[in-house]
Parts: sequence; structure tokens; C-alpha cells
Amino acid sequence: MKGNEAIAEAAINAGCLYYFGYPITPQTEISEYMAKRMPKVGGLCLQAESEISAINMTMGAAASGARAMTSSSSPGVSLKSEGISYIAGCDLPCLIVNVQRGGPGLGGIQPSQSDYYQATRGVGHGDLRLIVLAPSSVQEMASLTAEAFDLADTYRMPAMLLADGALGQMMEPVDFSLFKKREVPEKEWAANGHGGKRKKNIINSLFIDPQELENSVVARYERYKKVEENEVKYEEFMTDDADIVLVAFGITARVAKSAITAVRESGIKAGLLRPITLWPFPKKEIGALADRARAFLTVEMNMGQMIDDVRLAVGGKRPVDGYTRTGGIIPSVDEVEDKIRRMAASL
Amino acid sequence: MKADQERRRVTVICGHYGAGKTNIAVNLAIGEKTRSGRPVYLADLDVVNPYFRAADAADLLREAGVVPLIPEFANSNVDIPSLPPMLPSVLEDGEDAVFLDVGGDDGAVVLGGFADRISAAGYSMICIMNMYRPLTATPDDAAKTVPAIERLSRLSVTGIINNSSLGAETTADDILASVGYAERTAEIVGVPLIGHSYIPGIAGDLSSDPRFSGLTLIPLRQATRALF
Repeated sequence: MKGNEAIAEAAINAGCLYYFGYPITPQTEISEYMAKRMPKVGGLCLQAESEISAINMTMGAAASGARAMTSSSSPGVSLKSEGISYIAGCDLPCLIVNVQRGGPGLGGIQPSQSDYYQATRGVGHGDLRLIVLAPSSVQEMASLTAEAFDLADTYRMPAMLLADGALGQMMEPVDFSLFKKREVPEKEWAANGHGGKRKKNIINSLFIDPQELENSVVARYERYKKVEENEVKYEEFMTDDADIVLVAFGITARVAKSAITAVRESGIKAGLLRPITLWPFPKKEIGALADRARAFLTVEMNMGQMIDDVRLAVGGKRPVDGYTRTGGIIPSVDEVEDKIRRMAASL
Repeated sequence: MKADQERRRVTVICGHYGAGKTNIAVNLAIGEKTRSGRPVYLADLDVVNPYFRAADAADLLREAGVVPLIPEFANSNVDIPSLPPMLPSVLEDGEDAVFLDVGGDDGAVVLGGFADRISAAGYSMICIMNMYRPLTATPDDAAKTVPAIERLSRLSVTGIINNSSLGAETTADDILASVGYAERTAEIVGVPLIGHSYIPGIAGDLSSDPRFSGLTLIPLRQATRALF
């Protein structure tokens, strides 16, 4: 099935009954699929009048304790950013899907990874984090969607699936049974009607007293620390003896793997670390590789955004270079192979 | 049936998105060129999805002598639903064969405006079915796509091709498992099942597999790009 359909079906399987969206290429199949499937499972798919409405409807549904999601593509996610900040400030779990396209501005409709900074740093104002998951196959579009809901519920925070137009549009087989569901805590905080049986729950992100606001942010960062300690996900490919370690996520990780396999045939020892969680970022793992590898190369569909995180993780121990294409262009295997060969020659 | 089909100049390939329409349209157009030698056009009428489309196979078509008719902005960043400017003229009188690769589902709406000309030229309209697409996984769901396409296109589906496939992982067993689905779907729609398409390079040589004896097989080459 298509990557976008895999996200939608996986969300329904994960018990998401509320989807709010607004059409934008290249993720519209998520809305389309939800519109057809949600009524059949007793859920709601609502095409909102704007991205801003869609994210705020998601916030409302999440506040009631339901599993809720919204999806969009890059310019639409920018519009949602205020709502995302409110969701983080209210400690609400939900899923936000970004099937990235080229930017800035209206940009283009071809695939891109140029919202890395936005997803890991700046999606909404204030001190906040999102759990950011980066699928690299249609199978992962499904399994990471399911995982994102569990993570969001566990840590009571929004999670983002950061895909791209190529993954959204391409078709691969999917096995929905591959995902292992985890136990998640009861939502005792949900504003779903107290029925006179308990104290009322209030969902709020406004704190007039600065001390109270600081306390709430610090408490949230304690939870973020636990996420960083427990939820880092990544994949390593041929890194054991690698002189050159490529770091790539999502669709470019597939290009990187093909390039590594090709250069290995001529004796160049290259490997790949693929971050699956972009936040929390696998900084310890990359730091450990810096002790034995000789150089790092990021491959990204942006002007070099993740490279900052790789440099921080490497801590100046090794040179970190980047191979980047932007504007909706997917780097070719040949281009990446050529870059690795040139790096190997200068080691 | 053969002679009747030869008189028909236009072959419309329609169906649910992701069913495999483009790959079949490209293969049928190249097959027609090889068989008849007459001028063959393949028009990319996909206004629904700017990603995977016949325009991707333009070089392959040209090599085979098929003239691709591609919207001016296909595969660019301009997200506008435009049609190839040559389309009206190739639908006019002539002996040429024209294949129309239509966008999924609602994409059939573009045919509506040309329905009179397509009808006058004589056409067959083939609906592509794929059991492994989640929204057309049962004969009932698959058959339901047909009236919607017919209403939008103001044309009638004349046959079905079973293109049930799991991409690069498709096995002979997967195709065999879809035979009953395809037969039942054609029965509900009330049109002939033209055959079962497959890519020998992926599913193997089904023509020598006794389990497929008596079935009409349509071997295809992989005409649309695989990303990686």
C-alpha cells in the first residue's frame, strides 16, 4: 500500500478515532483514506476549514483522552505551530504527521527533509519538545505511527511522524502485526466529564504566576529527560569496521545504504547510522562511533540541518561533512557514492 | 472481438489510485505499437497525483515508437492539474491508436469533457483492479469504484484487468490467490475479465505454471520507476 495509507490504517489500528485534516500535497491520501475508513470503525474524520482549526480540533479531542491526530505537509505544519505549542503546554498526547515537501514558503510539492529544524527545534513557541520519529519505509510509516501513539500517551506529550513526499507516495507491502503494543498509563487527567464522581480536570497552558509557569516547564523537562534516556531509536548498518560513518534518516538513508554497499565492493569501509528518533537524537551512539570511525558524512534533503546534531554528538573529535540536495531533489546513489569515494581518498 | 477492438481507436485505462494503471497503459501502448505498427499515442491525463505517472516513462515510450503526450508541467513543482495540449487533436479522425492513462478515482472527471469525442472515435475502457490495495480488497469494494468512474467520465467500463500485485515482493501464489477475486469483481460489474497481468521478472514465468493453465495471462515489463 501507499505510505500515506499505511499511516492512516496504522493509526486506526492503534485506536485513533479522531482525525482532523486539511488537504495538501503530498499527504492528501491520509485524509482520503480516513474519510473512507473512519465511518466504518465508528470514528470521525473531519476536513477542517483550515490547518489551524484542524490542530485545535486535535487538541480538543486529545484533551478528552481520546487518541487523535492531524496530518499535513510542510507549509501546513507551519500554520499548525501555534496549536502544537498549546498542545505541548497542556501536556496532551496526540500525533502530528508531516509528509514533508520543499520549502521555504509555498516551496514545491516534491519530497524534502527541510523541516528537520522545525520538527526538532522550532515547531511552536516556548520551551518544548516533540518526540520525532522518522520512517524510512512504508512498513515503518505504519509501525512508527503505532509507536508514536504509545509514546505520546506514555509521556503525555505530542509526537510527530516526520516523513517526506516520496515515502508518502511510494508503495510497498506492509505487515500491521509487526508492531508490539506497549502498556500505556490510564488517562486520569482527561477532561471527559467527571459525572460528579471526581474532582474536575482542567487542561490549561496559561500560568499567570511566573514561578508556577517555571515549575510546570521544569516538570515537563523532567519527563523529556526520561524520553532521552529511554526512547532513543536508531539502526546501524555496517558500522562495526567503518572508517566513514554516514548519518541519514528517512528516504535518504535508503540511498545511503545503496551507496555504502557499492563502495564496500571496492574496499572502502563505510557504514550508516540511521536515527529513527530525531528527538531524542542518538547522540551517545554517534559519540561512541566517533571514537573509532575517522570521518562522518550526513546525507540530507535540505541544506544541512541534522549535521548540527551530528557535529554536537561527535564533539569535534572527527570531521563531519554533508552531502545535501534540496528543492525536492532526492540525492542519487551515484552522487553519494562519489562523495564517499572522494572522502575516502582524502583520509 | 479482435476486429471490433481494432476499429476502436481509444483505450482508456482507469481505476483506483495505485492499482497499477500507468504500468499497464505503458505496456499496452508499446504492445500495440509492436503489433500494429500504426501511430500510437499515450496521453498522461493524471491530474490527481503529481508523483508517479506516465510522464516518468516518457523515454521508454519514445524508444518504443510511442508518442507520449505529457502535460506541460508534469514532474515539475507547479501543482496545477493541466492536460496535454495535443489531446483534442489526436482524438479527432484518424487511424492512430490513443491510450489514455487516467488519474485514480476522481481523476476520471477529466474524461467527461472529452466523452463525446472518445465515444465517436470508438473506445474500450479498462478498469484495473488490485486485490492488494486496501480500499479495493474485496470484490464488492472493487466493483463499487466502477459506477463512480463511469458517472464522472460519462463513459462505460468495458473490461477489467486483474493487476493484483505486492510490488517487488509479488509471488505466483499472490496472483493465484487473486483469481477468484477478479472473476467475482468482473461478475458484479458485468463486464469481461480480460486477464491477469504480472511481471515475469518478479513473479516468475506463470505461463509454464500448470496452476495458471486456462487463464489469460498478460505479462508486463516494469515500466514505471522504482525509487530505490
